[in-house]
Amino acid sequence: MSILIIAEHNNKQLNPVTSSLISAAQTISQEIEALVVGHQCQSVAEGLASLAGIKKVWLVDQSACKYPLAETIAPIVESIADKYTHIVAPATTFGKNFMPRLAALLDVAQISDITQIESDDTFVRPIYAGNALAKVQSKDTKKIITLRPTAFPPVTETQTPATVEALNIISENTLSQFVGLEKSESVRPELTSAKVVISGGRGLQSADNFHLLERIADQLNAAIGASRAAVDAGFVPNDYQVGQTGKIVAPELYIAVGISGAIQHLAGMKDSKVIVAINKDEDAPIFEVADYGLVADLFEALPALEKAIDELKTS
Amino acid sequence: MKIMVAVKRVVDAYVAIRIKNDGSGVELANTKMAMNPFCEIAVEEAVRLKEAGLAESIHVVSVGDDACCETLRQALALGADCATLVETSEPLQPLAVAKCLKALVEREKPDLVILGKQSIDGDNNQTGQMLAGLLGWAQGTFVSKLTLTDGQAIVVREVDGGLETLQLTLPAVITTDLRLNEPRYAALPNIMKAKQKPLTKVPIVELKVESDARQTLMQISAPEPRSKGQRVNSVAELVAKLHNEAKVI
Ligand SMILES: Cc1cc2nc3c(=O)[nH]c(=O)nc-3n(C[C@H](O)[C@H](O)[C@H](O)COP(=O)(O)OP(=O)(O)OC[C@H]3O[C@@H](n4cnc5c(N)ncnc54)[C@H](O)[C@@H]3O)c2cc1C
Ligand SMILES: Nc1ncnc2c1ncn2[C@@H]1O[C@H](COP(=O)(O)O)[C@@H](O)[C@H]1O
Repeated sequence: MSILIIAEHNNKQLNPVTSSLISAAQTISQEIEALVVGHQCQSVAEGLASLAGIKKVWLVDQSACKYPLAETIAPIVESIADKYTHIVAPATTFGKNFMPRLAALLDVAQISDITQIESDDTFVRPIYAGNALAKVQSKDTKKIITLRPTAFPPVTETQTPATVEALNIISENTLSQFVGLEKSESVRPELTSAKVVISGGRGLQSADNFHLLERIADQLNAAIGASRAAVDAGFVPNDYQVGQTGKIVAPELYIAVGISGAIQHLAGMKDSKVIVAINKDEDAPIFEVADYGLVADLFEALPALEKAIDELKTS
Repeated sequence: MKIMVAVKRVVDAYVAIRIKNDGSGVELANTKMAMNPFCEIAVEEAVRLKEAGLAESIHVVSVGDDACCETLRQALALGADCATLVETSEPLQPLAVAKCLKALVEREKPDLVILGKQSIDGDNNQTGQMLAGLLGWAQGTFVSKLTLTDGQAIVVREVDGGLETLQLTLPAVITTDLRLNEPRYAALPNIMKAKQKPLTKVPIVELKVESDARQTLMQISAPEPRSKGQRVNSVAELVAKLHNEAKVI
């Protein structure tokens, strides 16, 4: 068995989710190769080649591949798919976008967002917003898989770099063109890999009030997340959304502030190690998953929390 | 231009599901069903394009059993012009659904197909991308803004890093994200009128698509419940516990 993992990166840095793919793949086979598609991304390929467990890195480096358009990347992967039994990508917007297209080109079903590997053909994946776990066995000879990065530990050990080999595949995408990316710049850690996440909901009432969370995020080196209601109301950008249809997070500490705890929100955070909920409604469903629940008005609790953490840090 | 919209009937988003005791599936009998919320957004977008004079007709399709007619009628009441049910008693997996949709696209020749980004029962997030791949069309997934100009669709996509804009050559496949629009409710007169609109049933065999299940569902189980938490009475107590007990700050 031979596995191909598809690297997610921005041409400069490897997205850490890629290293979770390696540890997951290792439970199936040691024959793990990787593909990097991008532009001027040699350093990404080299970084990946030195992560423990990678046997070889294939590199497609051309200006047409600067942005990971599905119409570009799916045919490239298809053209080298033959020799692999499993092709794996992260269940991020990068992987979710092109992998099903690839699967269709190969006439293979995709197994989405797996959280457990039972064997080389049997996987567990959450359905119904994580309220049920489906164990599925694939009958396809080739397995096309997207994998939930937070469910598998990242590989951090390094090795003597594996070879990086350039592939000369010319992309012929005339269907779609990249126009622009409006990045939400943040100095904070990335939401899906942060050790601490503090999220706000409709209870925050305004974009301005998110500053109350920012100060605590600074103290704890936390990422900031949000409920759909907070995003819909325009308090924060779309990429803050945690949940069934947003980002899945599983930090050491998740603090939910002014969030009721709808199943769609819980789907994105209930695998966090420690959950704190601050809500003025003692019956809010968020308390059912919280390890520590504080019934309080957030406008009083947040300044007090900031002060208490400050005192803790200086004591 | 002609628009095709795919709609799926699913368990209502606000219903707590029950897993069958034998682990064979989720209980659907006597469970409130609804149009998949992302499909409602897809229908709404099509209706808005028609109202703006950018589309002539909207054809809604669903793949499933007879109960899906209710979902199709709902889409007709919201403003679609005609509907097709691809009849199958077995729930199909995304690849097979995409093949059915492809067959209908080849018959009806729409310029734009709009689907939801994800069905909230299976959480697959596959069908639209697969359809685009099978047709060899451009795809715009997780779209929160759609603009049509001559022969092109400009889409804004909700991606992990922010908002991405792409230009797609038509015909294309679009999948909707939550913030594309806010779906309307059907007005009573329109619900009445929808009963007169054409709804055609096509047995799946007629489409001659390979629809075999590629995956076997071995078991459905409930996730491990979280162990019971505790209430704290003050911020001071919370911080002390996070520090001394949970050791996370
Ligand atoms: C198809 C679909 C997909 C969805 N996907 C997602 C998703 O990915 N992520 C997501 O989050 N949601 C999602 N939702 C929406 C979800 O169902 C809820 O509507 C949403 O999570 C509610 O957000 P909220 O908790 O911020 O708001 P609300 O439910 O309105 O809760 C606000 C909370 O704030 C509390 N509060 C108010 N004022 C204060 C105060 N001063 N102090 C303390 N507490 C206060 C209230 O008691 C209340 O509990 C989805 C819904 C659908 C239909
Ligand atoms: N059985 C079906 N009938 C019609 N449309 C479907 C069906 N299954 C999926 N779709 C469409 O594909 C979208 C994504 O579904 P999925 O790939 O299952 O997450 C849905 O929002 C629908 O638009």
